[in-house]
Amino acid sequence: MSGHSTYVPSSAIARWFESRLPIIGLMHGSFVSYPTPRNLNYMWTFGAILSFMMVAQIITGIVLAMHYTPHVSMAFASVEHIMRDVNWGWFLRYAHANGASMFFVAVYMHMMRGLYYGSYKAPREILWILGVIIFLLMMATAFMGYVLPWGQMSFWGASVITNLFSAIPLVGSAITTWLWGGYSVDNPTLNRFFSLHYLLPFMLVGVVVLHVWALHVVGQNNPAGVEVKNVKRDTVPFTPYATVKDSFALAVFLIFFSWFIFYVPNYLGHADNYIEANPLVTPSHIVPEWYFLPFYAILRAIPSKLGGVMAMFGSIAILAFLPWLDTSKVKSAAYRPVYRVFFWAFVLTCVGLGYLGAMPAEGGYVIASRILTFYYFAFFIMILPLLGIFETPKPVPATIADAVLAKHGAHAMQPAE
Amino acid sequence: MLFIATGAAAAVGAGAVAWPLISQMNPDASTLALASTEVDIGAIPEGGILTVKWRGKPVFVRHRSKKEIDEAAATPLAQLPDPQADAARVKKPEWLVVVGVCTHLGCVPLGAPGSRGDYDGWFCPCHGSHYDTSGRIRKGPAPANLAVPAYDFLTDTKLRIG
Ligand code: HEM
Ligand code: FES
Repeated sequence: MSGHSTYVPSSAIARWFESRLPIIGLMHGSFVSYPTPRNLNYMWTFGAILSFMMVAQIITGIVLAMHYTPHVSMAFASVEHIMRDVNWGWFLRYAHANGASMFFVAVYMHMMRGLYYGSYKAPREILWILGVIIFLLMMATAFMGYVLPWGQMSFWGASVITNLFSAIPLVGSAITTWLWGGYSVDNPTLNRFFSLHYLLPFMLVGVVVLHVWALHVVGQNNPAGVEVKNVKRDTVPFTPYATVKDSFALAVFLIFFSWFIFYVPNYLGHADNYIEANPLVTPSHIVPEWYFLPFYAILRAIPSKLGGVMAMFGSIAILAFLPWLDTSKVKSAAYRPVYRVFFWAFVLTCVGLGYLGAMPAEGGYVIASRILTFYYFAFFIMILPLLGIFETPKPVPATIADAVLAKHGAHAMQPAE
Repeated sequence: MLFIATGAAAAVGAGAVAWPLISQMNPDASTLALASTEVDIGAIPEGGILTVKWRGKPVFVRHRSKKEIDEAAATPLAQLPDPQADAARVKKPEWLVVVGVCTHLGCVPLGAPGSRGDYDGWFCPCHGSHYDTSGRIRKGPAPANLAVPAYDFLTDTKLRIG
């Protein structure tokens, strides 16, 4: 459905260039004439927001790297130097640190959208799996970035997370020694994390290109969850419709982002990370960044080291199998009354796990984490496969145009000129 | 046959190039050179714990009281998740030397009086592991006892770790 580009080079130079490298036509076909379903809502603007955040992280990151020193005796001081001495350093660092959080806000919204509207179902399985890979790369990048300022949370977060690999039978401790380049998290670890923190975002860009490519092959899903049947009736061109809507959403998102940078820049961080790393003293309460909390709660819910680590990685890996775990033919939750209830229960479960991940691992908190961890996995392994068999979906509209008509009446069929 | 031979040679070649790329991440010569530390233990009072840094991580040297030694020795092995006799973990009963890294996910367990956990040893606040006066795991997610590093008494009050 990517459709042929309607781009016609208007000058002799453009024609000469286009016949040698048709990149302008490719851009035109992808972001101007590209047909987008006419019923997309604001949940579809997070893709553009994510692209923006990725570029913003890379730009702020590259300039921070011009002032940062990846050495255990200087890293902490160099971040303070960025904050106090470097022109606009405070702004660049707060933009980068809060930018990571905003990146995750956007990715969680984007993933929830996919889950609600069944965007992972055929023919979008590869598109979805590429998304899971992007999510993993983001987590690895953010984790290593958080180590760089070399505060107490940086150091102990790095220790706990790298120690996860020591749970692997037989080769576990050899792997952790290899990851550290020593017998504990130390200078070699900080150095390689900096190198990888610089590399991974560019690998991320590569996977994002594949993700968008896959998207433009199969086309966007939409709130009705039915495929485009008639490009004229069911779609509108990307420009101006999606361009303007995405820009507006991005502007609103930037207000939210700016509020964090300028008013509560340390709200999402942890005060202990303004204490320099000390390998001999663990802070009494270690917590990861907020976006890792649900997974951290799952880790701690299981009373065995290997079991906890497997459950934690499993909770992410299971997302990749989602296209085959959900057996329902209907995509959109708008026509799946029972799924909708389980979906919102799942969202609440993730929020609840996030809360529990920040609480101490004792007493009632542990019991609650176990119950929610059970639901998290049950949702994928039991509920989704069975619902496809037992749920009676509501009638699904035949086309996107029908869905729009049913909602707004005939006048909605005339796009505003 | 020629294809198989070529393919095999290419695989060996690729492996030979990949190995330096992987191995460079292992501990380097300067890290290995720091592998031992000497400590003066004469000033540690009975019941006290000295924390020293060895290979970038803490080592606890604990001057155990009679009561602590007896507690550790009297514990039946059947009660231990990672069964090991106290006698096998010490060279001299009054000195316990263990790596101060929780075997769960690597935090430093607390050993100040009052925060030693349910078994008078150490308590790891990260995910709630309790160790006894022999540094053995008794309760919580940690799978193993605190590790005993290689060490020697150079004199009665001098210890070499590593
Ligand atoms: C996927 C995109 C990226 C994400 C999610 C990300 C995330 C993070 C996070 C969470 C921190 C810790 C911030 C703090 O608490 O201080 C950080 C620090 C840092 N990042 Fe990135 N980053 C990204 C891209 C980059 C790139 C491309 C560079 C280029 C070299 C870079 C360079 C740095 C530097 C130098 C620091 C240390 C200074 C500081 O702590 O503010 N980052 N990053
Ligand atoms: S690191 Fe000690 S209990 Fe988890």
